[in-house]
Amino acid sequence: MKNCQIVSRRFHLENSHTLEVVKAHGAYTTLKKLNDYSPLEIINIIKESKLRGKGGGGAPAGDKWALMPQDSNKPSFLAVNCDESEPGTFKDRQIISKDPHLLIEGILLTCYAIRAKHAYIYIRGEYKQFQDILQSAIDEAYQDGLLDDCDITIHRGAGAYICGEKSALLESMEGKCGHPRLKPKQKEPEWFFGNPTLVNNVETIATVPFIIEYGAEAYKAFGTEQSPGTFLFAMSGHVNRPGVYEAEYGTPMMEYIDHYGGGIKNGKKLKAIIPGGASTAILTAEEAYTATLDYETMQSLGSSLGTGGMIVMDEDTCMVDTLKNLLEFYHEESCGQCTPCREGTGWTDKLVGKIINKNATKEDIDKLLEIADTMNGKTICVFAPAVATVITSFVHKFRDEFEVAL
Amino acid sequence: MSFVFTDENLLKIETLKKRYPDTKALCLPCLWMAQYQDGFISIDAIDAISNIISIPPMEIYRVVTFYTMFHLEPQTKLNVQVCKTLSCKLCGSDEILKYLETQDVNIQKVECLGSCDTAPVMQINDQYYENLTIEEVDKILKELT
Repeated sequence: MKNCQIVSRRFHLENSHTLEVVKAHGAYTTLKKLNDYSPLEIINIIKESKLRGKGGGGAPAGDKWALMPQDSNKPSFLAVNCDESEPGTFKDRQIISKDPHLLIEGILLTCYAIRAKHAYIYIRGEYKQFQDILQSAIDEAYQDGLLDDCDITIHRGAGAYICGEKSALLESMEGKCGHPRLKPKQKEPEWFFGNPTLVNNVETIATVPFIIEYGAEAYKAFGTEQSPGTFLFAMSGHVNRPGVYEAEYGTPMMEYIDHYGGGIKNGKKLKAIIPGGASTAILTAEEAYTATLDYETMQSLGSSLGTGGMIVMDEDTCMVDTLKNLLEFYHEESCGQCTPCREGTGWTDKLVGKIINKNATKEDIDKLLEIADTMNGKTICVFAPAVATVITSFVHKFRDEFEVAL
Repeated sequence: MSFVFTDENLLKIETLKKRYPDTKALCLPCLWMAQYQDGFISIDAIDAISNIISIPPMEIYRVVTFYTMFHLEPQTKLNVQVCKTLSCKLCGSDEILKYLETQDVNIQKVECLGSCDTAPVMQINDQYYENLTIEEVDKILKELT
């Protein structure tokens, strides 16, 4: 497999979280390049690189950056999304604990491009021990004078999955419950107390230094035409070596799992894979054998690349139990703002519970699909549609298991 | 019994005020400070925070109940947060939970802790404990209680 360490290139170094070590390995050298480029030129390089957001949506990052005003009388902000709560996802944690200075460097480049003087890193509350590593890196950067023109403040969440949704994240930073905001009709930046704000995932920002250093073409040399570059894919569940391993987009899924993950645990057969964090449609083993890890292929399989966090399940895994586990998650984490989501997650969770307790009928399986339909596309954010996709993919692909369980 | 922030925390709050365009942003940071100070968030603490950041106490109360990591009651027993989401479940979190139920601790079943490669996982205070086995859990609990 092609070696392509862009974001993870310094992860293996001893004390890679310290300024001294990473400076000896090229950290912050791209800051000099800012003398050669205007903010708009930086944005154009990012656009050319076709860098896609790495938090789950995969939207072109450059287009998002271009929405930020270059001549606003209000201050602009950057909010880095480190809420990482999608089940099966643990990649951003690697960056902030193994190479926090790469993120800081990326933040400085991004802030220059969008003319922001302050960046916030919104981190999930549970990640306190990794937050401490990141904070000491920020302190080092302040002492070194790197943050003279741009401040970085860590903002700690307190346990709410939905705050990973960018507008809920900003609501949370504004001191409120993390309720996603209505989407505007036209394309515009996000707003933090009415000030234009760019929200990007940790890994997206950590990819920026490579692109600025080596150019858009160097980044596009990895991956596929429409999904260029690399991604910190991850795997967990029934694999021999779970973990985060950077690979280029377009890598065959099973090749990735066999090469880095050492195949399925205990010599068992593969049953299914959830490809990109819990909120993506499940793939059967047959689908997984043909899948490649890029946005387009995943879409053609009716799923999505999401956060690239694969959850691997062996032949002994019960799909009804698995769906129940996920629905408990969604029921707990629905923010409660929209009725179809608040009620639908609880209702479907109960129905699957009924199936497991053997007091459900065939109609209840169809009811699951009906409820999923009422949740799809009828809410403020994409939480409920994602749940609907999960439910329908499980029921359609493993219906026999649900019927046998009755 | 009224709540007063320590001088250290008051200083932190003053510093933080300068780092945000609006003091309302200090809601979560202040709640964290109050919880670290007392071990939980009292109604008096909510009133004190309300005075600092100009958000009505009821709104702050709503925020406290929205986020799962804030406690409105003092924690009398060791609070063990066990991840019960899919990757941990596939790797044996049910056994860990079953074992913990026989122990004198407060079990909080939590959703994905973002540590799926080292499943099963639990968190006590701010510390993660990974790749758990029953022996390992036993050892950790003995050290902490």
